[in-house]
Amino acid sequence: MQRLRRPEALLALGVIGLGCVALYETTRIPVSPMYARVGPTAMAYAASLLLTGLGVALLVEAWRGRWTSPPEETATPLNLRAIGWLLLGLVLNIGLIGPLGFMPASTLLFACTARAFGSRRPLRDAAIGAIFAAIAYFGFAQLLGINIGAGLLAGWV
Amino acid sequence: METLGLLADGFAVALQPVNLLWAIVGVTLGTAVGVLPGLGPALTIALLLPITFHVPATAAFILFAGIYYGAMYGGSTTSILLNTPGESATIITALEGHKMARKGRAAAALATAAIGSFIAGTIGTLGITFLAPPLVELALQFGPADYFSLMVLAFVAVSAVLGSSVLRGLTALAFGILLGLIGIDLQTGQPRFTFGLPELLDGINVIVVAVGLFAVGETLYLASRPLGHATLTPLKGRAWMTREDWRRSWKPWLRGSVLGFPFGALPAGGAEVPTFISYFVEKKLSRHPEEFGHGAIEGVAGPEAANNASAAGVLVPMLALGLPTSATAAIMLSAFQSYGINPGPLLLQTQPELVWGLIASLYVGNVMLLVLNLPLAGLWAKILAIPSPWLYGGILMFATIGTYGISQSPIDLILLYLIGGVGYLMRRFDFPAAPTVIGMILGPFAEQEFRRALTISGGEFSVFATRPLSAMLLGLAVLLLVVPLLLRHRR
Repeated sequence: MQRLRRPEALLALGVIGLGCVALYETTRIPVSPMYARVGPTAMAYAASLLLTGLGVALLVEAWRGRWTSPPEETATPLNLRAIGWLLLGLVLNIGLIGPLGFMPASTLLFACTARAFGSRRPLRDAAIGAIFAAIAYFGFAQLLGINIGAGLLAGWV
Repeated sequence: METLGLLADGFAVALQPVNLLWAIVGVTLGTAVGVLPGLGPALTIALLLPITFHVPATAAFILFAGIYYGAMYGGSTTSILLNTPGESATIITALEGHKMARKGRAAAALATAAIGSFIAGTIGTLGITFLAPPLVELALQFGPADYFSLMVLAFVAVSAVLGSSVLRGLTALAFGILLGLIGIDLQTGQPRFTFGLPELLDGINVIVVAVGLFAVGETLYLASRPLGHATLTPLKGRAWMTREDWRRSWKPWLRGSVLGFPFGALPAGGAEVPTFISYFVEKKLSRHPEEFGHGAIEGVAGPEAANNASAAGVLVPMLALGLPTSATAAIMLSAFQSYGINPGPLLLQTQPELVWGLIASLYVGNVMLLVLNLPLAGLWAKILAIPSPWLYGGILMFATIGTYGISQSPIDLILLYLIGGVGYLMRRFDFPAAPTVIGMILGPFAEQEFRRALTISGGEFSVFATRPLSAMLLGLAVLLLVVPLLLRHRR
């Protein structure tokens, strides 16, 4: 079972899982008899079977040790602290962009990302992030005509 | 001669002041994102897709084409000064160009790359001009079955031939095709893979997938790695190209252009292979083969030209057949959809102003890029000094705007980050991202042709084998899959 714990094997299992979910969802697509032969499921079956099959093939490759990652991937441990900061920023962004609006939420996201990339000066990062967010908001979003919601600041911008 | 007349009409469009302005914006933005590591033309064009709701199609495509060409120029600056190839096609430039930079010859390396890009871009655009119309003539004979088979060939070519593993390329493709199936089936009105979420009925937006894979996935990957410090080689001195450099550069420029273009124009559009071939050809032909690997100018001039010519070549099947063979081309194809324009062989007839204006703007953009890159190389290099905490913070911020702006729904952000997670895994385990984007955008077209062909044949699957063209294309696709496997087994 040791071999199944290789990261490549786990990934292959994930691919198989995704393929199976897709297969199951395909069986739930309602098909009217009119389209029985070339209905909406033909391509869906083909793609999900292909994905599942490829997942099995990847698993075999990983099992036999023919699919391994290069040493520069495996030599160093994952920088979990950085990933943690980044995920924190992303989750905060999802939660806050509605109630607070784009600019405050993005400023936080910016500061968390900067922290993930090794910056140690959160206040300066937040300030830069706020300036960036303002430029992004007024330049990019308005130029493209995307309405992204001013949130808290709606009253005075 | 008819082509020249149409091209002249195209120039009349491209040279309108407004369109010139769009081209300038495009090439400037393109160069900037090409220089910045972690940003690329696919991501940039995806983020700018909403602009299609506000400006005419011609303007949008001139902008996109400028970004596309500009990113090629900018990418070489990063490879030469930073030794981090932005994409696989600039590995060689990074190898040889960075050696030149370390010897204090950065200015000459940047110059030969820029002039080579200009020559290759111009030759490539000439290729588009004269190759697209006859290809359209040919494509007009295609039936739905032939089209489907052509798309299958393109799928196989982009996922199995490029990249390091057939299996991983095809997995990325299958994932993309499934993403493309999400939403209501337009022919029967049945929802597919929506998991009961009304937000998914319209399907997943291309922007979410492209930005998730290229921006969020890449940022997660880079954050997970130990903090490396790539050292920026200063662009010092005014040691420009000497007479000797010119003498050694012009032939590689031309050879690289001629070599790169067909690789882009074939459905196997990939810029990586021709750069390698060009490098070895130049090494063979050089009178100074010993300099290769230590900063030979031919080793920058040839591959850079090959890279650009192949990028131009990609636009041939894109414009003539509606067949994207790179992630960027696929995203441009989706821009056609948002204008309600059907990409395909009829594009040249139904939208001559758009297509020829676009082609003419490629010539114009190339000239702009030469002017922008030769004297201003030092300025662009300054962009590289942006510290990475701010660079990636900014990238995620723009990713948020681009996605949240679509529908102001947190669901889109959640999807973006989920796909970003997949993008991280794909990057970590060396799955190519381009097949996913191409599969997602081209998949629905392939399905449409597939069902059309079967409707015409009355449900007979044999139609794909009995039409000679379709059979030939499918045969080629099988060969592309099987031959590498056989070769590997014999070894």
